[in-house]
Amino acid sequence: MSNQGKMDCGRRRLIVATAAVGGVGTVAALIPFVSSLLPSERAKAAGAPVEVDISKLEPGQMMTVEWRGKPVWIINRTKEMLDTLPKLKDQVADPQSEKEQQPAYAKNETRSIKPEMLVVVGICTHLGCSPGSKFKPGSDEGMSADWQGGFLCPCHGSTFDFAGRVFKAKPAPTNLEVPPHVYLADTRILIGEDKKGA
Amino acid sequence: MAAGNFEKYKSDGSLGGNLMEWFDARFPATSMWKAHLSEYYAPKNFNFWYFFGSLALLVLVIQIVTGIFLTMHYKPDAAINSAGVPAAFASVEYIMRDVPGGWIIRYMHSTGASAFFIVVYLHMFRGLLYGSYRKPRELTWLFGIGIFLVLMGEAFFGYLLPWGQLSYWGAQVIVNMFGAIPFVGNDLSILIRGDYVVSDATLNRFFSFHVIALPLVLVGLVAAHVLALHETGSNNPDGIEIKANKDENGIPRDGIPFHPYYTVKDIVGVVVFLMVFSAVLFFAPEGGGYFLETPNFYPADTLKTPPHIAPVWYFTPYYSILRAMVWNFFGLEAKFWGVIAMGASVVIFAFLPWLDRSPVKSIRYRGPITKVMITLFVICFFILGYLGTLPPSPAGELISQVCSVFYFAFFLGMPWWSRMDKFKPVPDRLTMK
Amino acid sequence: MKKLLIALLFAPLLAFAAGATVHLDKWPGSIKDQAALQHGAKLFVNYCLNCHSASFMRYSKLMDLGLTEQQVKDDYMYTADKIGSLMQVASRHDEQKVWFGVMPPDLTVVARARGEAGSPYIGADWLYTYLRSFYRDDNRPTGWNNVVFENVGMPFPLWQLQGQQTLNHETHKLELPAAGQMSTEEYDKAVSDLVGFMVWMSEPQQEFRHRLGWYVLAFLLVLLVPAYLLKKNYWKDVH
Repeated sequence: MSNQGKMDCGRRRLIVATAAVGGVGTVAALIPFVSSLLPSERAKAAGAPVEVDISKLEPGQMMTVEWRGKPVWIINRTKEMLDTLPKLKDQVADPQSEKEQQPAYAKNETRSIKPEMLVVVGICTHLGCSPGSKFKPGSDEGMSADWQGGFLCPCHGSTFDFAGRVFKAKPAPTNLEVPPHVYLADTRILIGEDKKGA
Repeated sequence: MAAGNFEKYKSDGSLGGNLMEWFDARFPATSMWKAHLSEYYAPKNFNFWYFFGSLALLVLVIQIVTGIFLTMHYKPDAAINSAGVPAAFASVEYIMRDVPGGWIIRYMHSTGASAFFIVVYLHMFRGLLYGSYRKPRELTWLFGIGIFLVLMGEAFFGYLLPWGQLSYWGAQVIVNMFGAIPFVGNDLSILIRGDYVVSDATLNRFFSFHVIALPLVLVGLVAAHVLALHETGSNNPDGIEIKANKDENGIPRDGIPFHPYYTVKDIVGVVVFLMVFSAVLFFAPEGGGYFLETPNFYPADTLKTPPHIAPVWYFTPYYSILRAMVWNFFGLEAKFWGVIAMGASVVIFAFLPWLDRSPVKSIRYRGPITKVMITLFVICFFILGYLGTLPPSPAGELISQVCSVFYFAFFLGMPWWSRMDKFKPVPDRLTMK
Repeated sequence: MKKLLIALLFAPLLAFAAGATVHLDKWPGSIKDQAALQHGAKLFVNYCLNCHSASFMRYSKLMDLGLTEQQVKDDYMYTADKIGSLMQVASRHDEQKVWFGVMPPDLTVVARARGEAGSPYIGADWLYTYLRSFYRDDNRPTGWNNVVFENVGMPFPLWQLQGQQTLNHETHKLELPAAGQMSTEEYDKAVSDLVGFMVWMSEPQQEFRHRLGWYVLAFLLVLLVPAYLLKKNYWKDVH
């Protein structure tokens, strides 16, 4: 009983073996606890892709649908709205959408699949407020005189153009996020899924 | 063996050593480690019965951890949701189905509740066999009884939370028992419920008691139980004080350090326990309909009592004693005496240290009277427990009355029968069997 | 002395074991039979889900029965439009209460609720017998009564399948004057499938639970080896 200090090899091996197997078991036992913190089936069901009928969306109009609890804007842009985009090339932070804020099929100047139809998540990329629409050019809606139309975030004043591109020197770091979406038919969009992974 | 007489940690000059020395100078880490583990000398002849203390601690940890995670998803809300089901009941099924891994956590908690009582009953029975409650360990025993009472409270409050039929009607019956107390009874049961029936208010306060109030008390009592034990040292199957025979260094000759000897031994016990626990959890989580009672899969219906209400199995012996009381005494009704008898049947355990007058502690050196009495007591306890799960019947009532009488005779007669026995001489040193 | 003890121990068992009530037929199915479960699910959504909810059960879970998302949407979903929806009835609960006197109970976990202390899985037998024990009774507002559940408030939605049974009051046996769309064997199989689905639905992960249980036990057995040897190693010098 007084053999403290000198530990035989067999004992050391058994300690290591017990600790190793026991450690594996402890980690395995953590799995249900950690996974219980993930979104539940209910959250997943609530976050399921949303099908939207856009047949009644007139040019110049915008509609908001809920997807995963977030507002998703669908804007049927007029020719005038689209014409503002090339003009703002030097004023926006990321004109070519280089940053990963959209699926590959929306990595273009209009940031959309069909040029006129913009689908973006209406959440400011700064701290998560939802910007308001300021579609009228000029100072009619309280913007500056050279305003071309777009969105203004009420929280910290970030502004975005008609493609959801953020203007330079604003708090928001990136353009608005374009969610995965796919056209099921000409006037039906499925938001949340683009049939590539799924 | 007061903590503090141990030498402080001395650094070997390494970074880790320096940190440890800094820490140990400000916190009794080394002294606590030594006092409670590496230099806590436990008798070397612990047998099978001595696993259940550390197992009770393990189950406590399981219950606390699973409870924390269940609380993240459970809703103590009796309101009917859009599907026509009480939200609390729905949230339990939500945990069982929608939360990833939720069913394992829930079954761990429900199986753990029954496991807790099994382990604690065996732990208490060990005390009865070897006289562990006797001088100088009376306080350890009393803290233990406190743990037992709080545990019963935990189980009772927790059982309401799934808001099933038995949750609801079980709580209804138990709370109404307080109504049997003369004069203040009715007001008292209204105070407990916070309503005229068991309701949302009751559910919310029971939730509060179950998840925070009682667990805090429980953890405190467990600490006191262990500290008191480590002050006196552990008893053993021979019922001999190992501190009476120390070597030149003041170490009991029949003692071995708890760590590593009993830690490695308890690991084996833990693994075997977990095998039994997992077998229930994965293959029979309903525990034959006794751990999870089937009528509790119906949501609480405040207008319809289930045909047969039985408490969960760990309460049934006392419930039988309650039902066995059918006589009015001293102008007070049987209901009142039933509640008194039931309360007494639990609390009476606390008096064991003073009821037991045997000159030796361990059953090993006690005679046939003790052995017969303890055997009969266990049989009575089981019969009462079994009868408590059944609907009332004339035969059952008579048997439970006989068993109740013996139950109390066992305790109240102990000062006499414990002395009358034939005793064997107790050895000076521990025996290794 | 010993005899007395034994008598005391077993007296209650003998006294109360005889308290059996209605005879229940054993449910012949298995929740491992996927085709049967699919069939049962179909019967469930067609005949039960009009009045009873299964409000803890999501349609998407039906995919565990080997169905594709499209199959579930086309063949099983009549009232909901999203695959993640809960299986809820279309009618309102307060209206149902007026029609039936009571709200039809939620059926998600009914197979477990119908179990009993000592035999928690007897719920399947109960359901299997119950759904085959309806008979014509003109004294009841619904026109139906049941041998297993006397004066039940539920009408018999499967009568076109089984036919209309009557109770012979002399023999206390059910009789079937004319079969319905199904023969007796076909009907028993259909009910068995339906009950199978309800047993499965009451805990969809039960198969997985068993499988996982074997792994856990095997692992603990592996852990027991070094733990036991370690104990032996330390204790070899304790005498």
